[in-house]
Amino acid sequence: MAFWLSKSRSISSLLGKRIGLLTILHERKNGSFLQSRRDGVFGYKNSPEFSIKSATFSATGRRFKSSKTGEQVELPSSDEDDDENHAVDFPGGRVAFTSRMNFTSESSGKRIPCFRVLDDNGYPIAGSIFEQVNKEVAVRMYSGMVTLQIMDTILYETQRQGRISFYLTSTGEEAINLASAAALSPDDVVLPQYREPGVLLWRGFTLQEFANQCFGNEADYGKGRQMPIHYGSQKHNYFTVSSPIATQLPQAAGVAYSLKMDKKNACVVTYMGDGGTSEGDFHAALNFAAVTEVPVIFICRNNGWAISTPITEQFRSDGVVVRGQAYGIRSIRVDGNDALAVYNSVRTARQTAINEQRPILIEALTYRVGHHSTSDDSTKYRALDEIEHWKTAQNPVARFRKWVQGNGWWTDENESEFRSNIRKQLMEAIQLAARKEKPPIANLFTDVYEENPPNLVEQERSLGETIKKHPQDYPSDVPL
Amino acid sequence: MSAILRKIIAPGGIPAWGIRVIASRTYSSSAGGKEMTVRDALNSALDEEMSADPSVLLMGEEVGEYQGAYKVSKGLLDKYGPKRVIDTPITEAGFTGMAVGAAYHGLRPVVEFMTFNFSMQAIDHIINSAAKSNYMSSGQISVPIVFRGPNGAAAGVGAQHSQCYAAWYASCPGLKVLAPYNSEDARGLLKAAIRDPDPVVFLENELLYGESFPISAEALDSSFCLPIGKAKIEREGKDVTIVAFSKMVGYALKAAEILAKEGVSAEVINLRSIRPLDRATINTSVRKTNRLVTVEEGFPQHGVGAEICASIVEESFEYLDAPVERITGADVPMPYAANLERMAVPQVDDIVRAAKRTCYRSVPVAVNA
Repeated sequence: MAFWLSKSRSISSLLGKRIGLLTILHERKNGSFLQSRRDGVFGYKNSPEFSIKSATFSATGRRFKSSKTGEQVELPSSDEDDDENHAVDFPGGRVAFTSRMNFTSESSGKRIPCFRVLDDNGYPIAGSIFEQVNKEVAVRMYSGMVTLQIMDTILYETQRQGRISFYLTSTGEEAINLASAAALSPDDVVLPQYREPGVLLWRGFTLQEFANQCFGNEADYGKGRQMPIHYGSQKHNYFTVSSPIATQLPQAAGVAYSLKMDKKNACVVTYMGDGGTSEGDFHAALNFAAVTEVPVIFICRNNGWAISTPITEQFRSDGVVVRGQAYGIRSIRVDGNDALAVYNSVRTARQTAINEQRPILIEALTYRVGHHSTSDDSTKYRALDEIEHWKTAQNPVARFRKWVQGNGWWTDENESEFRSNIRKQLMEAIQLAARKEKPPIANLFTDVYEENPPNLVEQERSLGETIKKHPQDYPSDVPL
Repeated sequence: MSAILRKIIAPGGIPAWGIRVIASRTYSSSAGGKEMTVRDALNSALDEEMSADPSVLLMGEEVGEYQGAYKVSKGLLDKYGPKRVIDTPITEAGFTGMAVGAAYHGLRPVVEFMTFNFSMQAIDHIINSAAKSNYMSSGQISVPIVFRGPNGAAAGVGAQHSQCYAAWYASCPGLKVLAPYNSEDARGLLKAAIRDPDPVVFLENELLYGESFPISAEALDSSFCLPIGKAKIEREGKDVTIVAFSKMVGYALKAAEILAKEGVSAEVINLRSIRPLDRATINTSVRKTNRLVTVEEGFPQHGVGAEICASIVEESFEYLDAPVERITGADVPMPYAANLERMAVPQVDDIVRAAKRTCYRSVPVAVNA
């Protein structure tokens, strides 16, 4: 967010308040906390019977014995008053005493930098180390981003025409969508928030399938039970979108726990927005994932706005990335509008998550160029020039195109041909979805339980009789 | 949350796991005079199901090292290890959410709430995720999970630890809600809940954990299982039907004994399952006795009794010889002081008097105050 928001009125007040004290914590190398992982697997538990003995806590209890106090934490040497001889063996590792009363600072004084591979013009930044993406993957990523753009434009208009009840675009966040998806394996399980249809697109969900869901017709995998954009597909390892914010996060830790139990060579990837990080579920999820040591990647799309709430009113921390350390989670901040940076971060995160069986937090800085959904008009609460800046100067699709085209893998002709082709396919898919029959009445009753209980059987039977008795009153748009 | 509870839990007097054999009892359902506490019944059910299916795991606060706030999970950590008996951080929404996720992906978690009062901090995962995911995903995501723990009023623990959630959870489609009374119920229903493909809310009662009940040889078999959605007629009668669940079944049985001495033959129905509700058994009984008393510890408004009344009015109205009597907890948060607390929950006498009223036997006017 530094690139734009450092110029914006709202962030300047936050930055003005920061205190330049370097904290002890800040000097710690990334990940040093995590050396205290236990071989007991599931997080330690404070033994109820630890007691104070001559200023030393001794921790006892079976589940604690595997922790090796004294080896766990490298104590910072910057504080002259620290005395190794005056330290406490506290559960979790040795803690030095100090005679100086220092409160740790609320801020490290310097914002965590943002990993980036491509500059604004799509040129690799000199000295950046990254895994090269081959032509096939790059073109597929790019064409996915374009497809998502077109899908958003047309389905958004479809909602405006009143043909579907709701829509929500991913405009401005195409790189996070497609690049994170490309970095994963199809076996990795995705628990989306709702602004990640590009992941499903990457995995092979067709335009027809998207359209069927939005129209809630009989071909919809959700049998017309969920409002538009709540896609889900078991065969694509993509969980059905859950509307309440952040519920997917602790659930993702649970799915990851299941992968861990089965010793699968896969991880879980779950997404959230910046607003979602204020939910209790976010904090619970990070803590649980850390304590249970499960392979899950938390990707926060920090797009600056939670409906009308800017991030300056969402939190006072340096964004989301800094939260990871507090929970003992390795974290990275990445330029979410740089597809190559997102790809590389997620790829590395995936390897670490699986090989080391640990969670990773990725904060991808981006911008929600569209409105939150079809239910709001974002120009009422944010400046037009801000939107315009991100739409043009920081456009992730345009930036990646420059790189792909710079490599000679894509041409202007490819572009116009591809765009008109996708537009045509999508228009056809929408027409077909609209024409398809709506879900039958039976769909009202199935899947509430594995097997219907007597009251539902009775309701269905009674409804059937009523329909038979009063066919003239039965609505024609509900197939029997 | 645990700090308060630990004070509440009586530290001693918890019987060891096992079955005590006594000679003197002559319950009709007992074979060989065997008895078992509800705690041991739950513990053995968990143990057997974990042993039978490696995807079953238990998680919650204090379930492992501490063996459960009420020792229901005694011995399970030693037997199944920390991967399957998981002590979690103290975040109800965290471990409930995590368990729901694990259930989404093939595991069969049993979530222990230290009390169901604390499940309120996780209720979004129970209602919005566990109960609805199978429907919203059209059967792509099934959620085989059990939420269990003590429910309802204990003793002397005040408003935030004494509340019945039967009506709350039973109002939500997608959930099954069970409430065992005795050891046989506890074993048979918990095993059924763990094997069930749908999410089950399993409401135990703290004050029953230490109570011993006769248990049949059949119920001790590891294959034993009770059907979900079927009520049990605990005592047959012909004058009045008393419907209850959980601890109130015991009160209803005591009331029936007193009534019998006064010439009133009461039929006592133990609901066992709050959702699905066994309307057929209740209606059949009321059509026979023509009188109904419902008993629950929960609040009166929109309670389980209210639902039963509605069912009787809809299906058996013309069979009623008297207005239905609902015995419920008082419509106030639970007071702490023992004298007030006693006034706030149903007592055996309340049931006796209500039953008599339905039979038009004279009762003191003061009861209705």
